[in-house]
Amino acid sequence: MNHATRAAKFVGDADRTTWHDETLWFVRAKRDKAVYAVPEFQDLRELASQIKDHTLSKLDTYLEQFEEQAKRNGVHIHWAADAAEHNAIILDIIRQHNATRVVKSKSMLTEECHLNPHLLSNGIEVVDTDLGERIIQLRDEAPSHLVLPAIHLKKEDVGETFFKHLGTAKGEVDPQVLTEAARQHLRARFLAAEVAISGVNFAVAETGGVVVCTNEGNADLGVNLAHVHIAAMGIEKLIPRLSDLAVFTRLLARSATGQPVTTYTSHYTKPAAGKEMHIVIVDNGRTKQLGRPDFRASLKCIRCGACMNTCPVYRRSGGHSYDFTVPGPIGAILSPNIDMKKHSSLPFASTLCGSCSDVCPVKIDIHTQLYKWRQVLGEANEIPASKKWSMKLMGRLLTSPKAFGVGGKLARHGIKYLPYSLTHARHFNVWAVARELPTPPKQSFREWYQQQANTPA
Amino acid sequence: MKVALFVPCYVDQFYPQVGIASLQLLEKLGVKAEFPAAQTCCGQPLANSGCEKDALPIYRHYVDTFSDYDYVVAPSGSCVYHVRKHFDKLEQTPAVQQVRTSAYDLIDFITTVLGVTEIPGTFPHRVGLHLSCHGQRGLHQANESEITPVRDGQLRRLLGSLNGIELTELDRNDECCGFGGTFCVSEAAISARMGQDRVADHERNGTTVLTGGDMSCLMHLEGIVRRRQLPMRVLHAAEILNGTLS
Ligand code: SF4
Repeated sequence: MNHATRAAKFVGDADRTTWHDETLWFVRAKRDKAVYAVPEFQDLRELASQIKDHTLSKLDTYLEQFEEQAKRNGVHIHWAADAAEHNAIILDIIRQHNATRVVKSKSMLTEECHLNPHLLSNGIEVVDTDLGERIIQLRDEAPSHLVLPAIHLKKEDVGETFFKHLGTAKGEVDPQVLTEAARQHLRARFLAAEVAISGVNFAVAETGGVVVCTNEGNADLGVNLAHVHIAAMGIEKLIPRLSDLAVFTRLLARSATGQPVTTYTSHYTKPAAGKEMHIVIVDNGRTKQLGRPDFRASLKCIRCGACMNTCPVYRRSGGHSYDFTVPGPIGAILSPNIDMKKHSSLPFASTLCGSCSDVCPVKIDIHTQLYKWRQVLGEANEIPASKKWSMKLMGRLLTSPKAFGVGGKLARHGIKYLPYSLTHARHFNVWAVARELPTPPKQSFREWYQQQANTPA
Repeated sequence: MKVALFVPCYVDQFYPQVGIASLQLLEKLGVKAEFPAAQTCCGQPLANSGCEKDALPIYRHYVDTFSDYDYVVAPSGSCVYHVRKHFDKLEQTPAVQQVRTSAYDLIDFITTVLGVTEIPGTFPHRVGLHLSCHGQRGLHQANESEITPVRDGQLRRLLGSLNGIELTELDRNDECCGFGGTFCVSEAAISARMGQDRVADHERNGTTVLTGGDMSCLMHLEGIVRRRQLPMRVLHAAEILNGTLS
């Protein structure tokens, strides 16, 4: 199934689509207000972009520096080449502590590596503690957004889920009541957890510390209650110095939700007395992307989700239509790196309007990369054969002015003389499903121009 | 000044009046543009479909057709953006460079090259602008809402100079219409929905004449306006500006 098919399914529910579109547009508008209020915002973007470019150009050095510093702080460092290694390392740490109960605060990386099913199948109970994450975990769904993982669900859906799993009343839709139920349910899990897993927003090479930005504070609660903290990070999360951090924290929350800063910005540098801290540093395809000069900049992403909120296609097709851990425009340039065949339709799930590149706080040229992926996919024969052949034919036609004139005429007259039921038949012409075809004029511009030239003034 | 008019394929066949208005408007502003008969297409549909290699002969044909002119003007920002940005795939001969730098969107040409800031005339209608993404973000013909709240741009200013005109304020100033070239076919469902939402914004805010600088977006929006039989006319900006000059 390609993006278009999944998207068509989503957009088929017109009301839900309206609601999804408007909710995310509201977040985009909030972002705008927060951004306009900071006069130096565009300079900050530029600075962030440069810091990230620089870091990526010396990633090996900064990773070593980070490891060294973290070890000095008493943190255990692990390296994982891929998802399987990441999962094995984490399971191993949990087993070493004879633990069976784990809480986890939103980490897209563990999603990417499918950690939950791996732990569950090994007898470990793992509970996502962010509200949105917990909702979709109960529903056995994937997140549909980086920052708002359950944004595809309405409160009715949540009510239904909690009725099934948490014993709230049937038909309960009051957000207050539902949140309270989740809170009570999670509290027990927090208290029981032996190990807490968190994501990482930024890793500071200079200090060896990691920074986690949250609004619910669940990461802190989990980490402070459990005996062991495991932080999982992709290699691209590094920034060189602690002083660089301010640039990113100013950009992240504003771009994500329009807040000046996230409610909690927690620094974890060393384990508390008597406790343990582990950091798992994961590659999983990132060095491969680093080695693609056209797409390397996609690794600058700080996962704010702004490109999704602004993307007119994402807003109307939903995150699940991308069928990849990171959806939306950024997902569409990260995913073909992982599996070109499976994700070949994603770079085409865009009008190339360029809004994603304009909101991106680290100035990733997202829409240019989408365009470039299309060429890579075309060359690799990963686009539909019918498209490939019709484009080849068109290529020939369009280099011959004569054939072009005749072809155009045929198209114009074809529309005029074919019956409406045929030109507007769903299978012949998808354009006409929702739109009228243009009324063909008597004369083309070319013919008119020729006539003018032949008529003496 | 030797100026060529580039008329995109679909405008040639379905909207000849837009080509005519462009030509006449230029003439009224003192520029006599030619229409080189050998022209075909800029190759964008192929390139956007991932078939850039197959488009290269078209690019070369385009360069052969237009490299003798000081300016190539088109009533479509999208084609111009494509020529400027993606003809980098050709060997950068002087001819190729000439064509890339001389390609102009009609409104951009009038504003930037001719230095025209006002068009005398009257157009007493509630006009809604559809800013094309390629024109606005690609060619910087208007401010982008991602960057600034100030709504300004070449077309807004030119139209705003007409007497009696009232420009609609939209809820979403510069949202994409969903045409996207081959996107409208490969992602037909999303494309249609985006177009419907775009038209609805104009409808909600009282647009009676929908206009813009890029005929491709307008073709898509017109298809929706006509399907819904709305009392809204869709005109290329050249038609409005040309009509008021006579
Ligand atoms: S690509 Fe840019 S806008 Fe999109 S999530 Fe990443 S940082 Fe945010």
